Amino acid sequence: MGIAESVVATIITASLPLLLAALGELVAERSGVLNLGVEGMMMMGAVAAFGIAFATGNGGLGVLAAVLAGMAMALLFAGVALGLAANQVAAGLALTLLGLGLAGPIGEGWVDRPGVKLPTLDVPVLSDLPFVGPLLFSQDPLFYLAVALTAGVAWFLFRTRPGLILRSVGDNPHSAYALGLPVLRIRLAAVLFGGACAGLAGAYLALVYTPIYNETMTGGRGWIALALVVFATWLPVRLAVGALLFGAASILQLHAQALGVGVPSQLLTAMPYLVTILVLVLISRNRVLLRSHTPASLGQPFVPER
Amino acid sequence: MRIEILKRPQNSPLMAVAAPLLAIGLTLITGAVIFVALGKDPLYGLYVFYVEPLTALWTIEELAVKAVPLILIALGLSLCYRANAWNIGAEGQFTLGAITGAIIPVYFPEWNSWMVLPLMLVMGAAGGLFWASIPAFLRVRFGASEILTSLMLVYVAQHFLDWLLRGPFRNPNGFNYGETRIFQEAARVPILIADTRVRIGLVIALVAVPLIWFLLRRTLAGFAVDVVGQAPRAARFGGFSRNKVIVGTFMASGAFAGLAGILEAAGPLGQLKPVLSPGYGFTAIIVAFVGRLNPVAIVFAGILIALSYLGGEAAQISLRLSEKMARVFQGVLLFYVLACNTLVHNRIRIVRSPRPASAPAAGSAVEVGNGNR
Amino acid sequence: MPRSLVTVAAAIGVIITATVAGSQPVPPPLKVGFIYVGPANDGGWTQGHDQARQEMEAALGDRVETTYLESVPTGADADRQIERLVRAGNQLIFTTSFEFMDPTIRVAAQFPNVRFEHATGFKRADNVAIYNARFYEGRYVIGQIAARMSTTGVAGYIASFPIPEVVMGINAFLLGAQSVNPEFSLKVIWLYTWYDPGREADAAKALIDQGADILTQHTDSPAPLRIAEERGVHGFGQAHDMIAFAPNAQYTAIVDHWGSYYTERAQAMLDGTWSSTDIWYGLEEGMVQMAPFTNLPDDVVAMAEETIEAIKSGELHPFHGPIYRQDGTLAIPEGQVIPDADLLAMNWYVQGVDDRLPQ
Repeated sequence: MGIAESVVATIITASLPLLLAALGELVAERSGVLNLGVEGMMMMGAVAAFGIAFATGNGGLGVLAAVLAGMAMALLFAGVALGLAANQVAAGLALTLLGLGLAGPIGEGWVDRPGVKLPTLDVPVLSDLPFVGPLLFSQDPLFYLAVALTAGVAWFLFRTRPGLILRSVGDNPHSAYALGLPVLRIRLAAVLFGGACAGLAGAYLALVYTPIYNETMTGGRGWIALALVVFATWLPVRLAVGALLFGAASILQLHAQALGVGVPSQLLTAMPYLVTILVLVLISRNRVLLRSHTPASLGQPFVPER
Repeated sequence: MRIEILKRPQNSPLMAVAAPLLAIGLTLITGAVIFVALGKDPLYGLYVFYVEPLTALWTIEELAVKAVPLILIALGLSLCYRANAWNIGAEGQFTLGAITGAIIPVYFPEWNSWMVLPLMLVMGAAGGLFWASIPAFLRVRFGASEILTSLMLVYVAQHFLDWLLRGPFRNPNGFNYGETRIFQEAARVPILIADTRVRIGLVIALVAVPLIWFLLRRTLAGFAVDVVGQAPRAARFGGFSRNKVIVGTFMASGAFAGLAGILEAAGPLGQLKPVLSPGYGFTAIIVAFVGRLNPVAIVFAGILIALSYLGGEAAQISLRLSEKMARVFQGVLLFYVLACNTLVHNRIRIVRSPRPASAPAAGSAVEVGNGNR
Repeated sequence: MPRSLVTVAAAIGVIITATVAGSQPVPPPLKVGFIYVGPANDGGWTQGHDQARQEMEAALGDRVETTYLESVPTGADADRQIERLVRAGNQLIFTTSFEFMDPTIRVAAQFPNVRFEHATGFKRADNVAIYNARFYEGRYVIGQIAARMSTTGVAGYIASFPIPEVVMGINAFLLGAQSVNPEFSLKVIWLYTWYDPGREADAAKALIDQGADILTQHTDSPAPLRIAEERGVHGFGQAHDMIAFAPNAQYTAIVDHWGSYYTERAQAMLDGTWSSTDIWYGLEEGMVQMAPFTNLPDDVVAMAEETIEAIKSGELHPFHGPIYRQDGTLAIPEGQVIPDADLLAMNWYVQGVDDRLPQ
């Protein structure tokens, strides 16, 4: 691999956990639910993935466990925020505290143990292509899954009837309910998908990124994923591009340092958040953009009428 | 059989008191279960977390130290939340308050006048206020979600602090370490009780409680906050400006968080460091909810959460448990508080019959009914 | 009180006194507390201290009883955690990270009868001793190995904070490398953290991508070595033998060995001879040791062992003149070695570092 491929490969690795987590959050938010618990769900995904893979030596089982752990956390959130119509902001925060907290006592014994790393899967023929070969066709299984999920979510949201229904629930749950749609069930499904994706992001951290257990291994990526969803104006393809940009911002500052170029790294690290605020202002200002992308009922509890 | 939740015609005053207590009770039970799962004696575990810190004078003093920032921030946040304005960026406002408040000791380390500390507190509050006014402004001017912008600004503030500590604010005699010089004596918050770390921040927090209470109960501004929060339509007819209330409550909560920030920096820390708080700005959100946005109850909620921090530290020695357990308790408590709050506004009924076929929403396990919409 | 009861009480008193006097005198164990900045099993810096604690327990047996607090935050909570150890009856407390310097001094002032030992700091008090290890001696050795083994002539250095401790390590590594290959160069990435496996791994990849085929680090996790293992380059363990994480990539490791010192200091407490000292031990005293050499040809191992012996005997000082600063000015003239005080305040790079020192 040449330098360019290698740098891009590192950027892809840095952006993948952001993409996975944000993809799930995007679907949840499209249904009108703001779940601030991404960081907590991701952490529990990482814990489950590391622990199960460590105990069984099987990375695949680790991924499965991470998905289940993320969904279990999401279910907890859904019980309170959907079932009991509680404040979504507070419930999401509780989820994050719980996830980050449990990671401490559960993983204590794994800190000094080398973990399991997912193998690389080469796509025959394609992996031999110059440049794109090593980048796109010689990756770990979660990479292929993330690409498929991005395409799948884009297709689902904008090309299928259930996708249309999900978006209409996010835009106007009351009229969706009046049309006979099971608003809460749809939202539950969206939140569970969000949990599964956050779990996958955690699995990526624990089984691909650095297979070393560390109770702070999510490192705030859940919050960046939340920013990313806004940055991408709730569109899956832009999400993938945004993830790469955010990943590049964090990797290129290291390269700048190694080249001896002085860039204030804090400015670069803060950039994703600043740009996200800017994007948020722009789309909020422009009503056309607002109507087409931002889920209108985002963050508002829905209580069915009787 | 299924559970139906029906809106009460009026909020239950009994439940308003009972719900937080029930939530605490459920948290303790859950905590006991977690202790058993981790192979620890559950009763001893709960004792270590919630009783032992109250059995020694020095830990009670430390409890006060820990509770002050939580109570101050939560008091401010309660104003926002009452107005249905969602400031979740108190952590950033706390950080900015510490930064602006520290300008004097960083640049005028020789200045030892009595004016130094009061000025620092004012500047700290102003810094927090400024930081909170950004999401408020973006909300009322452009309609940008204040939840997301206030959250993003937390990280911006932290990176800003980091940059200052490695550049303009760095201690010239600190061997390149990323922290400010130690503040001069005049720039330190005085100790309230000799030989402890309890400082007059405690007094400031306790004075703020009746002030907020008075504001809410006895002033038009306080009334406007509640009306805008609970009945936005009525507020519009009544001539209350929703935007003014949003901006006002954000600024007030930012000022409180900023004040808490400089009290922490000029208090127990005595300098600025890259990490100023173990997440007080976020934990205070729990405090506000557990205290049901009531200023007096927030004091008790603040003490309860501070207790879990101290218990978490003690558990490391007594139980050989990760200090992260404190977060578990805080998260679980918040979940139960949110769940139990439903009881204040709603009645729970267990229905034996299958649900009528005509109703459109098919059965999620728990449904929320709302009688009067 | 009736006279008879007084008599009985007095009699019992005599019996008890006699019994106590007759039994073996067992003094209560010395309680020793430890404050760790990371998890006790972090595989790096903190684990070194925890092993030393266990070594002390093994050496002194029943005469000591130890307690540790791990992952102690470095902010305002550190004071309380140190005080917690005091309140729990610990008479000797080791605070094992630079960040605990001010909290240690503050709590020590509050409890003059408790003794404290602070690692790697520069503030002392009557009841606060300080201790540190001359890690730079080990870094000189691994610098030589790096220069012998590298094919690109470039090493990557993952650094934490630009404090003198870290800067002298970078300089010692490069001086060692230049003693073998004067053209050797060094790329540095500053992470501003002691422990963050994810960032450390990212930095390791960036350094390898920019041509480094040898990695070394002044951060604590084994993540960079794991990346070295994956990418087929080599590196050195930090603070601890990290061979389990990189069986093919690790050449050796600079191992911190605090055990003898901890035992010695606890023994001094037991003997009543403890006093506030300031020690800075290196290879000679065994506070710095090298992990077994692996993946290296015999002649390189022989060279490294020769250098170690020379440093031990005092024949070789890693910072012997002439040493030039990055800007070409002479820092240490020929025939002189750097004074300890200058090392402890070092804030300049030697010539050849491909980085601008954050100032």
